[in-house]
Amino acid sequence: MQKRVMEEDFRKGEGRPQLLDLIPNERDWMVKDVGVGGKCFGVSEEKKLELRLGLPGDEDWSSVKEKREEHSIESALSLGHYSKVSKTIGTNPSSVGAKRGFLDTVESKTEVFQQQQQQQPGFLQLQAKGKELSQKTNGRAEQQSLEKKACGSPAAHGSAAAPCGDGAGANNSSQTRTAPTPVVGWPPIRSFRRNLASISKPSLESQNGGPETAVKFKNGRKGLFVKINMDGIPIGRKVDLKAYDSYEKLSLVVDELFQGLLAAQRDPLTAGTQKNPEEKQAITGLLDGSGEYTLVYEDDEGDRMLVGDVPWDMFVSTAKRLRVLKSSELSASSLGAVSRKRTAT
Amino acid sequence: MTYFPEEVVEHIFDFLATHRDRNTVSTVCKTWYRVERLSRRSVFVGNCYAVHPERVVARFPGLRSLTVKGKPHFADFNLIPHDWGGFSLPWIETAARGCPGLEELRLKRMVVSDESLELLARSFPNFKVLVLISCEGFSTDGLAAIATYCRVLRELDLQENEVEDRGPQWLSCFPDSCTSLVSLNFACLKGEVNAGSLERLVARCPNLRTLRLSRAVSIDTLSKILARAPHLVDLGTGSFTIDHRAEAYHKVMNNFIKCKSLRSLSGFWDAAPRCLPAVYPICGNLTGLNLSYAPAIQCADLIKLIHRCSKLQRLWILDCIGDKGLAVVANTCKELQELRVFPSDFYGGGIAAVTEEGLVAVSSGCPKLSSLLYFCNQMTNAALITVAKNCPHFTRFRLCILDPKKPDPVTNQPLDEGFGAIVQSCKDLRRLSLSGLLTDRVFLYIGMYAERLEMLSIAFAGDSDKGMVYVLNGCKNLRKLEIRDSPFGDAALLEDVGKYETMRSLWMSSCDVTLGGCKTLAAKMPGLNVEVINERDESDEMEESPSDLGRVEKMYVYRTVAGPRNDAPDFVWTL
Repeated sequence: MQKRVMEEDFRKGEGRPQLLDLIPNERDWMVKDVGVGGKCFGVSEEKKLELRLGLPGDEDWSSVKEKREEHSIESALSLGHYSKVSKTIGTNPSSVGAKRGFLDTVESKTEVFQQQQQQQPGFLQLQAKGKELSQKTNGRAEQQSLEKKACGSPAAHGSAAAPCGDGAGANNSSQTRTAPTPVVGWPPIRSFRRNLASISKPSLESQNGGPETAVKFKNGRKGLFVKINMDGIPIGRKVDLKAYDSYEKLSLVVDELFQGLLAAQRDPLTAGTQKNPEEKQAITGLLDGSGEYTLVYEDDEGDRMLVGDVPWDMFVSTAKRLRVLKSSELSASSLGAVSRKRTAT
Repeated sequence: MTYFPEEVVEHIFDFLATHRDRNTVSTVCKTWYRVERLSRRSVFVGNCYAVHPERVVARFPGLRSLTVKGKPHFADFNLIPHDWGGFSLPWIETAARGCPGLEELRLKRMVVSDESLELLARSFPNFKVLVLISCEGFSTDGLAAIATYCRVLRELDLQENEVEDRGPQWLSCFPDSCTSLVSLNFACLKGEVNAGSLERLVARCPNLRTLRLSRAVSIDTLSKILARAPHLVDLGTGSFTIDHRAEAYHKVMNNFIKCKSLRSLSGFWDAAPRCLPAVYPICGNLTGLNLSYAPAIQCADLIKLIHRCSKLQRLWILDCIGDKGLAVVANTCKELQELRVFPSDFYGGGIAAVTEEGLVAVSSGCPKLSSLLYFCNQMTNAALITVAKNCPHFTRFRLCILDPKKPDPVTNQPLDEGFGAIVQSCKDLRRLSLSGLLTDRVFLYIGMYAERLEMLSIAFAGDSDKGMVYVLNGCKNLRKLEIRDSPFGDAALLEDVGKYETMRSLWMSSCDVTLGGCKTLAAKMPGLNVEVINERDESDEMEESPSDLGRVEKMYVYRTVAGPRNDAPDFVWTL
């Protein structure tokens, strides 16, 4: 029913591009590309390997193709394509003229395309690639050969006719991948998926010991902020434990956070004016008891623990607050609590 | 039929499954129209501006289920300005007045406010199902209203919405008497979740079959929930990370083992590879698996998991699975029907994660494949031709080559032949998205062969107006056409203006259509709304009256019986 309607459309619309007419005859295509003879190479191979576009009901492509090479353009068209409307075409000479006209316009409009055609590798190369692919897929593609499906692609056939193309040259600029400039709304991904990738990449790097993770978490990623206080310093701070992946980094951060404040506590007169970094003392040895200060934390059961004893991940998931204690103040009792805790786990 | 009592006619209509069939019978005669409208329980409105809500409600007073869609598809990719429209309030208000028996509401790409959610919750005593997909404009307060007032709520399904977080209390608003939940999906929420409330809610809803948790739900909570609800069929995990406590890990695995009915898994936010084995015991039963939110899981671990999923029908995955991983999918998942491969690195220059080889492998190993969404760095004609031969049953084929206008890297040709093979082979193709370097030729093939095509998405393709004309002439069943950055202009637009009344909508952005062309279309077709969307920076010189020759940046055309809409913002002109 639909095809009939289309036929009528074809008959009606003189000015309309008639679909049929727009299918370039294979032979013409070859002539255009090669500029010689028009005989295609490796016909029998094409038959087996190639998938071409043709009529759904058109079973015996090979015989049709041979006929086409012998007959004129008109009859070839009628045989090769819509057999149902063949008589329409056969009896309508103007369509042929229109077709030629179209080919002319195609040629003028698709000059770039043609240039590409000439640059393409030989047909055999294309088919060889197709062969490789099909072999990879257990040769299924090869077995489902054309005789069954009878589909065709004129351009692939056309490419058969241009083996003179510089095959090696096929791998030119298309292979080198330059980063595409960002286009609005491209690629077509929802925003929450974009954020997913940018959130997770930093943490991936940190897992692999990559560069220091910048604290750049987008919406949806919550940080884990815990309070940290230092003995003798009235001002507390907050650290985002999720921003770090190791005790060393945490220790450095603590040093950064409190160095200035500590210096100001010690010598309020000079802190503001003295910008000399050597004047400030780094806070070191937080983790091993060797420094003036030691880092401890309060876990989810309220116990005070030494920072550094448990795996980092477990620390992050159980730490509720941090304290920087004077090492001398670490009482025997609290340490005892720690060792009890350790044996318990 | 005049001898049949109307009850019999109505009973016969009950057997009509689709909206289209019911719409068709209603046009036969006045009696059938009346019988049909009074017995109609479910209405689908594909474009909220195609018809006034009052008209729908007046015609179908017995309405129980309403589905409405708002913004065009390209809104998903930020191509439609935020306040373009698609407001749900008029629909809810009108339904509240006209069909208080409403039980189900499904909205997609609409603006939903807390106010409208509250109105919804209070207006329909029998309300059972709320599905919001890609909507925005509401917060957890609106959800609290739904939880509080919908006494017989069965389904609350929030898919990929933008929801403002105002705290975790909403979940606690489900009264103790609420035991009717069958499906609860709040995976898209970003805020904290009250674990205790959640566990209690799950415990008192024995019919719960679908539960999709948000990222804030820890694996410990998940473990407890699984213990309480081993009858779950569809589970979305929360954040799937475990610390080193082996005890917690074994607990969650044991709870998974008890879930004999589990068929679909998703979520896996923040999932670390070491946690995946917890789900191994149930992999053999899975028909659906979505790992596309877990970029930390790389190919090797994905392969170990997929090896166990022999019954998989639906797989959503990131491209870090690689061609190698897709080969495993091809060997293992013989029942696969739907595959979606999402990109994990789309700013270019990265390692090619999946190529045409992966797709060819899957097409070869999975003959039932019918729905595809595939993001890749390159594609060849030969591969597409092979895929077309292997899988003639595609109904949805969406290919996105990340680099626009990229040709076949082997032959340097456009991908016309490849896509041509797809449309020629897949006779049932209903949806197609194109990418890569494409000339007018591919549209010729589409027009010739894609008879069942209903939705076509075009980007950076074609050479001339002819391309668009081939499609409009050829695709008899085309309903939605969306085009961006392609050289189609007024000639194509105006070639067959009657065509647009047979379609739901046409979107064109960054094409060659001019204001004059749009005006002509609007003048010729009063049954269409021709919207021109002009976003301007303040820095642009303000034109008093833009020239008709000026190109239109964004145009949205849709058939309507409602006339020009009255809620359009300043930057949207309905011509």
